[in-house]
Amino acid sequence: MTGGGAAEQRRHPRLRQGAVVAATLAVVVVLPLVVSQFRLALLSKYLVFAVVAIGLNLAWGYGGMLSLGHGVFFGLGAYCTGMYLKLAEAGSGLPDFMSWSGVSSLPAIWAPFRHAWFALPAAVLVPMGVAALLGASVFRRRVRGAYFALLTQALAAAFAILLVGQQGLTGGTNGLTNFSTVFGLEPGNPRTTQILFFAAAAAAAVAFLVVRQIVQSRFGRLLVAVRDGEDRVRFLGYDATRVKVVAFALSAGLAGLAGALFVPIVGIISPADVGVVPSIEMVVWVAIGGRATLAGPVIGALLVSYANTALSEWYPDGWLYLQGALFVVAVVWAPRGLAGLADRFRHLAWRPGSRRRAEVAVGAASP
Amino acid sequence: MELWLSQLFAGLGVAAVLLLIALGLTFTFGQMNVINMAHGEFIMAGAYTPYLLQGVLGAGLAGLAFGVALPVAFLVTGLLGLVLERTLIRRLYGRPLDTLLVTWGISLMLQQLARDLFGAPNVQVVAPAWLRGALDVGPVSLSYARLFTIALVTLIVVAVGIYLTRLAHGRRMRAVMQNRQLAGCSGIDTDRVDQLTFFVGSGLAGVAGVALTLLGPIGPGIGTGYIVDAFLVVIVGGLGQLRGAVIAAVGLGLLNSFLEYGTTASLAKVGVFAVIVVFLQFRPQGLVALRTRALT
Amino acid sequence: MAALLQITGVEVGFDGSLALAGVELAIDEGEIRFLIGPNGAGKTTLIDVVTGLTRPSNGSVRFDNRELVGRREHEIVALGVGRTFQTPSVFEQLSVVENLDLAANHRAGIRALMRRRRGVAPAVAEALEAIQLSDRADAQAGVLSHGQKQWLEIGMLLVQSPRLLLLDEPVAGMSAEERTATGELIERIAERCTVVIVEHDMEFLRRFARRVSVMHEGKVISEGSVERVRADPLVQEVYLGRSRDRRGHDPALDQQASTAEPPETTEVPAR
Repeated sequence: MTGGGAAEQRRHPRLRQGAVVAATLAVVVVLPLVVSQFRLALLSKYLVFAVVAIGLNLAWGYGGMLSLGHGVFFGLGAYCTGMYLKLAEAGSGLPDFMSWSGVSSLPAIWAPFRHAWFALPAAVLVPMGVAALLGASVFRRRVRGAYFALLTQALAAAFAILLVGQQGLTGGTNGLTNFSTVFGLEPGNPRTTQILFFAAAAAAAVAFLVVRQIVQSRFGRLLVAVRDGEDRVRFLGYDATRVKVVAFALSAGLAGLAGALFVPIVGIISPADVGVVPSIEMVVWVAIGGRATLAGPVIGALLVSYANTALSEWYPDGWLYLQGALFVVAVVWAPRGLAGLADRFRHLAWRPGSRRRAEVAVGAASP
Repeated sequence: MELWLSQLFAGLGVAAVLLLIALGLTFTFGQMNVINMAHGEFIMAGAYTPYLLQGVLGAGLAGLAFGVALPVAFLVTGLLGLVLERTLIRRLYGRPLDTLLVTWGISLMLQQLARDLFGAPNVQVVAPAWLRGALDVGPVSLSYARLFTIALVTLIVVAVGIYLTRLAHGRRMRAVMQNRQLAGCSGIDTDRVDQLTFFVGSGLAGVAGVALTLLGPIGPGIGTGYIVDAFLVVIVGGLGQLRGAVIAAVGLGLLNSFLEYGTTASLAKVGVFAVIVVFLQFRPQGLVALRTRALT
Repeated sequence: MAALLQITGVEVGFDGSLALAGVELAIDEGEIRFLIGPNGAGKTTLIDVVTGLTRPSNGSVRFDNRELVGRREHEIVALGVGRTFQTPSVFEQLSVVENLDLAANHRAGIRALMRRRRGVAPAVAEALEAIQLSDRADAQAGVLSHGQKQWLEIGMLLVQSPRLLLLDEPVAGMSAEERTATGELIERIAERCTVVIVEHDMEFLRRFARRVSVMHEGKVISEGSVERVRADPLVQEVYLGRSRDRRGHDPALDQQASTAEPPETTEVPAR
């Protein structure tokens, strides 16, 4: 996990960090100039997914809470923003889909989303609240591991079904789409795409730095300790439940933030983006990139999403085979994902003596 | 009253299928700590079995094809399960969350395979003549298809119960479930027991698939919808517990059925979820739980 | 003065049978108390009750005049009760010093937790010294030997400076040298806090025990100095009588009793 990485960093911490930051900034500034608007929008979407992966990794990789329901938190954030955009477009009238579904007056739950100052914080706080509530009630009763995973999956299923069923309130299967304005910007305009790209890049950077700070803090060590021996942590005098709830809620908040960005970038949010299958896809990003590593989930989200787009362009059906196979291979043969493989190669090449230690970490990292 | 009774009947029909699906899951989960997401695709494979057989035997023998499909689906999906266990799951013992992820990858591939083989649109299996129609009990009409499903599942549950308590093999299985290491030391070939459990559990998913063809059209994604609910049955019932699974399946089936009647289908799902979270406050280990002193 | 730990009428039932059947036990401040008894006597269950892992169906556990029953584990730790487990349970993915640092900061607020650890706190350094792991401070706890892990676990308790320490078989699986060193470490700890030790090892008991309580079938049946307890006919009955009576009748049980408590059968003087 931090085995090799921490040691590397200690050697030339400033130099390495500076180089990484400079390179990342350069890429972010140059990309909008060299790629097409279409590609830039796709890249923004991948960055949004990276934010989800960074958050999910905090809960699963470091905290051992495998959530198969992060689509719900992503969706809550997205729908909060979507409601605001719909109302901004409708002005004093009703959103278009409501009139089609025979709704005559604005439902009470929609009313506060008229204001950006309410809708945007809500996009992060509502998922956090839901996660904290669910977490507090099940973690306190020591529902964990596979039980927790299956429970969150059931939540994702129920959430998607609810969205589809409440046509007049949520837009049903179609979801919320056809936004004519995006925070005062014109959708489809190259300038808008660029601004949204920078927003997504900034969100990914902030998410990365926040999670890095958490992981390297005492709280991060404590979270790992909870993952590996929850009951033992209680006998150290910590409230393990609270540690898990905090980490899970933060993770959900990042998913909500990603959802809030997803809507203006992609222009739609629908039940198909938030149900059981998208939720597991989020787990795939983390698993392939490398759980419990800082950079892994980012790389995983970017690469897997890119592969999805690329492969779907020339052989749409093949993607499911490849995704399934990637997943199997990653989990069975490379439990620490791409980051773990990279780590291992580095150890083999430079410090053959520390190979054993890397393997100890691999073996123990899978709960 | 009539509505009440027909909701009860509908709920029992759903419960029966859920139970059949959950049986395999609860034993593989309880005994081997394996969470098999591909179980849903075993259901799908089972559902396509009568469809294929009817295609081979022709429309005239649709009833026969359906009858034959029950044992054939059991064997086919049982073997599928065995292959999965031998090739992949075996490598992941002791890593339950990883089995979940790996088998989900498998399930993605199997779904796509079904789409390539049978096409994406849903298909309809012809119900045999002797299962069409309904039995009228007073004002309530009980469809033969549902009655047949309930009877079939009851039969299977009784058989599994006898197997677990009366037969040496079943007792070995319970021994492995309760204490794998001790069972291994006492001369039980735990590998063999695992294989058999996986075979039977997967086979039952196939039978459930055949039963599902009576309830409506089938498609490559049919398993996904059921597997989430079946896992809830496992959680509520307690790992590897036949009695718990039966009570949980009937309870959740009826709850869903009555909530749907009281509200809408979409709200019912959320209601069931909320009830389960509340239930776990009182029985976090499920209805029937093995006590252990292990520290985690 | 009231006892530091006062256990009255504690009962715990598991599936119809009583694992603890009315335990009465009082531990005074500053004691080292040994808790012995055959397998299944309820020693570990009693520790579980005191530390909040198991909730008794009846009875009370008062620590420093505060009721512990009904409190959650971490609250009990916060009051000053620490424990170890039969199998060493340190965090193998964290380094030795990180393990100790976490233990030392259990009263820290969220702001302190969200900061990175900088350097080694004096209390942690002192504990590293005491458990002789100073030179392995940055090693991953997972690569330590069995004995070192046990020590690390004791060290983690040390930095928390509890008032009462419950040690569940601290020398199980240790070599003779490690046992002696552990015993000395525990004696040093006992200068600062009250210690209760569950231990099977008779050699260890004879060397380090002052007061002993004997448990059998969920009750404390005898209490006093090592000599007094040994001379108690009831204790002899439990340890010797039972295995003698059964010899020849139930070889499995006999074997179990003698492997679990080998020294007792030879050490306790015959009637």
